[in-house]
Amino acid sequence: MAKAKVTFTDVSLTVNVPAGTRIIEVSEKIGSGITYGCREGECGTCLTHVIEGGENLSEPSALETRVLKENLAGQNDRLACQCQVLGGEIKVRPA
Amino acid sequence: MSSSFGSPVRGELALPASAATGPVRVADRVTWIGALDPDLRTFDIILKTANGTTYNAYTVHGSDGVAVIDTVKQEFTDTFLAHLEQVVGYDQITALVLNHLEPDHTGAVPELLRRAPHLKIYVSPRGVQVLRALLKDDFDTYEIIIVTTGDTVSLGDRTLRFLTTPYVHWPDTQCTYLEEQNLLFTCDLLGCHFCDGRLFNDKVGDFRFSFEYYFDHIMRPFKRFVAQALDLIEPLDIDMIVPAHGPILRSHPREYILHYRRLIKSRLASEVGAEKTLLIFYVSAYGATSQMAYAVYAGAAETPDVRVSLFDLQGGEVLPFIDLIEEADGLAFGTPTINGDAVRTVWDLLSSLVDIDTKGKLGAAFGSYGWTGEAVAMVEARLQGLKMRTPEAGLRIKLHPTEDELEQCRAFGRNLAAHLTGRNAPREIDMP
Repeated sequence: MAKAKVTFTDVSLTVNVPAGTRIIEVSEKIGSGITYGCREGECGTCLTHVIEGGENLSEPSALETRVLKENLAGQNDRLACQCQVLGGEIKVRPA
Repeated sequence: MSSSFGSPVRGELALPASAATGPVRVADRVTWIGALDPDLRTFDIILKTANGTTYNAYTVHGSDGVAVIDTVKQEFTDTFLAHLEQVVGYDQITALVLNHLEPDHTGAVPELLRRAPHLKIYVSPRGVQVLRALLKDDFDTYEIIIVTTGDTVSLGDRTLRFLTTPYVHWPDTQCTYLEEQNLLFTCDLLGCHFCDGRLFNDKVGDFRFSFEYYFDHIMRPFKRFVAQALDLIEPLDIDMIVPAHGPILRSHPREYILHYRRLIKSRLASEVGAEKTLLIFYVSAYGATSQMAYAVYAGAAETPDVRVSLFDLQGGEVLPFIDLIEEADGLAFGTPTINGDAVRTVWDLLSSLVDIDTKGKLGAAFGSYGWTGEAVAMVEARLQGLKMRTPEAGLRIKLHPTEDELEQCRAFGRNLAAHLTGRNAPREIDMP
């Protein structure tokens, strides 16, 4: 299975994950400050700033796009409960 | 009706002779159409309200339109609509501004929209999320306009300007400024639960306690957002602050903004300068968790630029610790497992942290146990629920620690200190 590396800079930890993993699945296991709220893509609690490797994440769904807009998210922000890691290397921190 | 002697009928005590019994003129073109709730004794489960509260809503009349600003709690819909009907016809209303969509301000929205479906609704970007849930299938039938800082709506010779002020105290909150008259509608910001029908701060009773109590329970967890809101508000010319609860601040309004500035400042004189602070709290039944706590403390204290403090929770009270925790960079909690749970003293403190902002602080848990040892993981989950980062896996030791296990505790403390100072070595692991 394809692998990817996700680095959580707030806890200085890189995690090797299978492709298809959602960031929130990793974040809560390793104790990063990217924490969840509703887990359904509506509340915006898990807003995550992508420092590098945004191209290695799945495209935002219509729901994520709307919630990002309504939460006044920055251009490089994503919802950790929605976006999936596709491969390569990604570096993130809490937004 | 008052009884002939003894206590008056409840509610009359909080309604002086000059109480509002109908719409009240706030300023030229601006009218209060809210409701008094003098009998309320607990608000939102979490707040005591010794003399009730008010749900303030307003109309603003321009030469080419009328705006309604916020509404009231659902059970006061009839009062609100009766007041509204005395100042404007439904067909004349052009705008409904919702500065905050919590139910105590939107309870009358569905009925108002049923009677005035043509009006345009102005909400913040996050407000629209709640409005969607409030209106459900009817959401798409209304004209909803999302506004952010600087956007305006013209009522002819009156202009409303919006300021996006999120998290004071919900994600959706905004303020609305009546440009021509320097009136600022702040909804919950700068409000309080204090019911006095005389409505204006130069007329009502002494509401200082209520003002600060409200801040402590509603705004304190969002201090950093209050600061951002004040940054937006302070440059404005302000002749009157018009909140959605409690007195309208028409006398020396800027004093209340200055008071908020004081309230968001540090509660404790800082002793630590540029050092990072780590607070270690523990409870111990047989001394084992205490031994662990002292070892964690010793390990963390080896790092020179981390100020470490150790507290036995059984010797302290919750409130002073909350002030301390609010300003700390890191927190570690030591608890034994008793009856499959962390001990009550720890939960009392952890449940009280809802009153402050803990997002992003470093958190950790440790403890001794006899049989099952669930407490550490339970506390870690609570710390994550408080939006803290918990990069060091909780440390559990069965019964009293050996010398090797005490060294594990010291290493645990050293690692926490390293996380605080940013000196922790980057690590790479496989998906846990």
